[in-house]
Amino acid sequence: MKKTLLASAVSLALVGAAHADEHSGTYAFDTEGAHQFITFEISHLGFSTLYGRFNDFDGQFVYDADNPENSSVEVTIDTASVDSNHGERDKHLRSEDFLYVDEYPQATFKSTRIEVEGDDEADIVGELTLRGVTREVTLDAEMQGHGDDPWGGYRMGFDAETEIKLADFGIPTNLGKASETVTLEISVEGIRQ
Amino acid sequence: MQLRNSRRRYGAVGAGLHWLVALAVFGLFGLGYYMVDLTYYDQWYKLAPHIHRSIGILLFAVVVLRLLWRFADTTPSPLDSHSRFEVLSARVAHVFLYLLMLTAMTSGYLISTADGSGVRVFDWFEVPSVTGRIERMEDIAGDVHYWATWALVGLAALHGLAAIKHHMVDRDDTLRRILPARLKKS
Repeated sequence: MKKTLLASAVSLALVGAAHADEHSGTYAFDTEGAHQFITFEISHLGFSTLYGRFNDFDGQFVYDADNPENSSVEVTIDTASVDSNHGERDKHLRSEDFLYVDEYPQATFKSTRIEVEGDDEADIVGELTLRGVTREVTLDAEMQGHGDDPWGGYRMGFDAETEIKLADFGIPTNLGKASETVTLEISVEGIRQ
Repeated sequence: MQLRNSRRRYGAVGAGLHWLVALAVFGLFGLGYYMVDLTYYDQWYKLAPHIHRSIGILLFAVVVLRLLWRFADTTPSPLDSHSRFEVLSARVAHVFLYLLMLTAMTSGYLISTADGSGVRVFDWFEVPSVTGRIERMEDIAGDVHYWATWALVGLAALHGLAAIKHHMVDRDDTLRRILPARLKKS
């Protein structure tokens, strides 16, 4: 964060106040307004797609408009908030067979570096900790937009997704060949602090 | 064997309900113990829980009927040879057996209906959710179900062992009077 501020300050000095990017800053997820979703998709037997969500998570991102590579993001997920619209299945997903939430109540993602791919797209590389296992994953991210909201705040939103193998994170249950990977999607709106 | 209880022994209805419930309780416990470890591709993965839920709902109706019958019918008196401790501990155990059964069945139902869906009883009828969707109710109900069912079979085993002790050691009519057997003259 210090680095980001420094980078902003340097670029501010270089390009002058007129060019200072007003949308740089630290953005907190809009948990209160629930403009944030983490969903997952996994195939059921290869016949259909099952969708679920994590209802409770929080995070923030730092956006550096002049040097987007210096931006960063971190997310903390309450794993027990898994919700696939079926109580018995959710109970099973929370058990040792899957997320083991008693032992690992939190999953986290912390970005380590960002590779800008285009105007609004970037690969966000970071460490995902899930069920006690930490691995590097790459989120394929896209900025949807940013600007003043109607209530006096400043907002910025992203969509990002990645794919993980269940077995890579120590999930012991075999759901079959068609269901070895799960796609995680995050859609968040941050409010500049 | 007459239908109603007498002061000396259980009648066919009371005894029949007792053994039916005993069979169902141990059967459900065994099925439940077995089914939670089934893997995804097992033939029984969906069938075992379906049978478990269906029998559980039917058992609830049977236990309610049994309680109504119990209050309507005569209660056999304790044998004269029983000590005060035996009479009291048996009574306490009976009350807890009923409470644990009702707790176990209710909590099981609340696991399945935590998402607001009903419970299908075989392919016969469906019991709707009473609570509607309540977030994470399945976890709390699941913990209650786990402990209540273990406590229930533990206490039921003790209850059975006590009856066997009366039969084998004390050689009295305690067990005989809930079986379709002739009582001793006393």
